Amino acid sequence: MTAADGAGPEGLLAAHGVAVYFPVGSQVMARVQGEERRLRAVDGVDLDIRPGEALALVGESGSGKSTLALALCGLRPVDAGDITLNGKVVGARRSPADRRRVQMVFQDPYSSLNPRLTVGGVLRELLRVHHVVPRGQVSAESKRLLSLVGLPEEAVGAYPRQFSGGQRQRIAIARALALRPEVLIADEPVSALDVSVQATILNLLASLRAELGLSLLLISHNLAVVRHLCDRVAVMYLGRIVEVAPTEELFSDPRHPYTRALLAAIPRLAAGAPDIGAPAITGDPPSPLQIPTGCRFRTRCPIAQPRCEQEDPELASDAQAPEHLAACHFAFEPAPPGLARAGEQA
Amino acid sequence: MIAAGAGGAAPGAGMAQGGTVLELRDLHVRIVSRQGTVRAVDGVSFDVAAGEALGLVGESGSGKSMTLRAVLGVLPPEARVTSGEILLDGVNLVTRPQSELNRIRGRKMSMIFQEPMSALNPVMRVGWQIAEGPQVQLGFSRARAAERALELMRRVGIPDPERRFRAYPHEFSGGMRQRVMIRESGVSLVFVTHDLPVVAQICQRVAVMYGAQLVESGAVADVLLNPWHPYTRGLVRSAPDFDYVRESLVPIPGAPPSLINPPPGCRFHPRCEFAEEDCRVSETPLRLLPGGRATACLHYERCMDAAAADRAARA
Repeated sequence: MTAADGAGPEGLLAAHGVAVYFPVGSQVMARVQGEERRLRAVDGVDLDIRPGEALALVGESGSGKSTLALALCGLRPVDAGDITLNGKVVGARRSPADRRRVQMVFQDPYSSLNPRLTVGGVLRELLRVHHVVPRGQVSAESKRLLSLVGLPEEAVGAYPRQFSGGQRQRIAIARALALRPEVLIADEPVSALDVSVQATILNLLASLRAELGLSLLLISHNLAVVRHLCDRVAVMYLGRIVEVAPTEELFSDPRHPYTRALLAAIPRLAAGAPDIGAPAITGDPPSPLQIPTGCRFRTRCPIAQPRCEQEDPELASDAQAPEHLAACHFAFEPAPPGLARAGEQA
Repeated sequence: MIAAGAGGAAPGAGMAQGGTVLELRDLHVRIVSRQGTVRAVDGVSFDVAAGEALGLVGESGSGKSMTLRAVLGVLPPEARVTSGEILLDGVNLVTRPQSELNRIRGRKMSMIFQEPMSALNPVMRVGWQIAEGPQVQLGFSRARAAERALELMRRVGIPDPERRFRAYPHEFSGGMRQRVMIRESGVSLVFVTHDLPVVAQICQRVAVMYGAQLVESGAVADVLLNPWHPYTRGLVRSAPDFDYVRESLVPIPGAPPSLINPPPGCRFHPRCEFAEEDCRVSETPLRLLPGGRATACLHYERCMDAAAADRAARA
């Protein structure tokens, strides 16, 4: 945490020990009984999004991905830690200028658009409120945004219900881009869409990134989508980042047992896909109301040791690969028997 | 999206033709709307053997969900089966009275949602959400619906259903483990989805729907890796593949056909790069070909060649 100005090693948008809790049940009883009555959805996350990169955030349902995204976007206050933009801490109430810099696209394009406003109405309102362009250019800018996402100019006069799912997601992307953000956060942007339409939206995201130099944080459960679109991948488990690495390195040489299990569970079109030699994990993730002591993954971990019960492993790298971080005591030790790493297999 | 299991029949009890549990014969479903008559399902035939998992693949509006709803007897009120047969263990469900259907449905068929996190209400206990179906659709009492929900949970292999009944959706793991458990529980499955890699993992056979008709069917490995219909090939090429990262994905151009006024000839011809004059005029029924495969494409040899080129590009 050194750089106070400019996009230093901390990246453009970064989380430092960020936590988001949800109160559950009676807080009075919690105090009386001394029990934990808060759900730790995000529980100490360190993560940076660098200028122009596409970073994926993956993990099981309930791992805290979406909550973290909302916090990064400023749509949800954090209970601990800091979020920085260009190394500068942004407070609970972001300035309008800071809010513009991080925008979000949601999974369901059917419920995320106001049905009473025309597409042009949505875009014009945003452009005016945030003074993105001079008043006289608002109409022209709306049309430019639509053509940027591959919609015809005439779309300005239509209502969201007149569009298909894929077109609505384009509108949602145009709306996010209207504020000329530096970071676009897309939370499962294609999982509600048909396969043939998913391709058009994924291609659009890739080309927008290249054209506009956008940073992209893509939340997805689909590792094929992630491999296709992203430069780096962060793996989240029970509110914490457990591994982060450049995409190909993470997929070819996963260091955290949870990442290995995720990779082993990828549905693949071609039979006989390479076996990465990881045992599938069993059981469900523990409740975020009762996060295990020590390493939070130990209750499902095939290589857990007594030490894992005591010590919470930090997200760390080793000297050979400073870009590859993992939160496992054994991440950078020789693999134990039966858990050979992909690169070590014959 | 939706998965339905049909099965649980006693061995040999009225089973038709070498272990076929479910058979659809030339099924037609029509919906009368203000805009005109929608051909929601237009002559669909397939069968599912005991213990087999069939993937029914297609996009929104392809008719896959309506086919499944017809099988389950839960069509929307404005929809009717206008012709064809749905045979469950040899019994034609289309001609049976509703009361009998309810009983059969309860005993022999069930329906499961694939994406639990998006299909379920996050603040309601899972058991009651499952019980809601029997309560609302079949008029079961609360107690009986709860019993039914427990039975369904047990059937799909959810361990300790009594405890799980009271759990909230976030306490369940993602869909993958549940799907695997479905496979292990030994029922016949019709797995409705557009997620091709999941079909490759779960199903033995796959049937592809487009424009309310079947356009291709066969063994999963054959159809998905060597498609004989341009629509299937389009689906395969547009989906990101973990083992094959391309410069950009190839979407299928154009939009799905109207089911009120479908295009004449092959319904896919307006979007097809191989279309010829005959595709615009001739009916294109599913034709059975060697190897247990079937395609509706008049020029499937071209698709075979293109798919071979795709495979060469991958290698």
